[in-house]
Amino acid sequence: MEHLTILQFTGVVFAGSVLAGLLGALTGLGGGIVVIPMLTLLFGVDLRYAAGAALISVIATSSGAASSYVKEGYSNLRVGMFLETATTTGAVIGAIVTALMPKSAIAVIFGVVLLISAALSFRRHIEPDPHEPSDPLATRLRLDSDYPTPHGRTPYHVHGVPPAFAMMFIAGTLSGLLGIGSGAVKVLALDWAMRLPFKVSTTTSNFMIGVTAAASAGVYLNRGYIDPGLAMPVMLGVLVGALLGARLLVRAQSQALRMVFAAAIGALGVQMIYSGLRGMP
Amino acid sequence: MSQRPGWTDQDVEERVGNLLRIGLQIATTVVVVGAAIYLARHGGEPPEYRIFHGEPPDLRGIPGIIGLVADVRGRGIIQLGLLILLATPVARVVFSVVAFAMQRDRLYIGITLFVLLVLLYSIVGTYV
Repeated sequence: MEHLTILQFTGVVFAGSVLAGLLGALTGLGGGIVVIPMLTLLFGVDLRYAAGAALISVIATSSGAASSYVKEGYSNLRVGMFLETATTTGAVIGAIVTALMPKSAIAVIFGVVLLISAALSFRRHIEPDPHEPSDPLATRLRLDSDYPTPHGRTPYHVHGVPPAFAMMFIAGTLSGLLGIGSGAVKVLALDWAMRLPFKVSTTTSNFMIGVTAAASAGVYLNRGYIDPGLAMPVMLGVLVGALLGARLLVRAQSQALRMVFAAAIGALGVQMIYSGLRGMP
Repeated sequence: MSQRPGWTDQDVEERVGNLLRIGLQIATTVVVVGAAIYLARHGGEPPEYRIFHGEPPDLRGIPGIIGLVADVRGRGIIQLGLLILLATPVARVVFSVVAFAMQRDRLYIGITLFVLLVLLYSIVGTYV
């Protein structure tokens, strides 16, 4: 990558970002978490610039996906907004802390989060029992709602508010610390702790990712992590890849393919940990 | 829960969807225009991302970015596009405040205002 001009570099980064966006969409992990190891390990970009560019691409993907999601009426605005008090606070704290941490430590944390996220993508969704009563806190916060199914709008209950809130704070902190959307942790909180129906948790998570990433991005912008020349091809590339991935996802739902992708992402995680331990420049 | 006066949750969702789409389209257009200018002028130079210097002060805040846009600087225009992109989730939260206000839902007006304050704190940027 040493001898490229800006024009060539932009082209290569754009192509790589399309691939990262595609991989992020197909595994459900999001493009941000894939694009950062690509930029740092493959193109030798400093981790802070990579995180800034990735965060921008996370916002773009979230807004792009949301505009098609929201019309279907799955997402739960109250759940999203209530939990965003935790994610945005965590995001600002994470983004402030990241500036004080050595880069090698961030790389190791990133690798571990990448591995956990890849492992989580194999977790199967268990449809909630509609007869189980809501968490009393969920009732107080009026979080219960309904969603469209083939049999009309079906009501659902919301469970586990405190653990979901705690996990969302962690998701937000990781987002600010690493420049990612933390989609895997968010879906885990909504899906496993709150036991929302699958469609509701994925769409609500997507909506939260955009707002959380914006909270981190404000700090990143002020700290000078967001470089327009790098963020431009990354944002456009990941967006194109994610839109392509969303189309492919409708047709191909192969478990074997998901395994291959998740394994590839796991390998990136190991590589990040290794390069972090070896000491990043 | 949706049968309160004003907008239903479904109305809100639909408007939010349009808002996000238009915001993203404007942001992308501005970024592409800035990219064309930037690459035409600086495409032949070597990139420098290996070592972190941090962006110059002009690219870190709204007034600086607007100044660069006024001078038709490619990087400034891209950064303006990124600012617009960053504003779309913020606009979504502002929109939710209005929606909850129309539903007279005090608890959620409060919750949403808190989220908005955190976002503004992040963007205005004088940290501890």
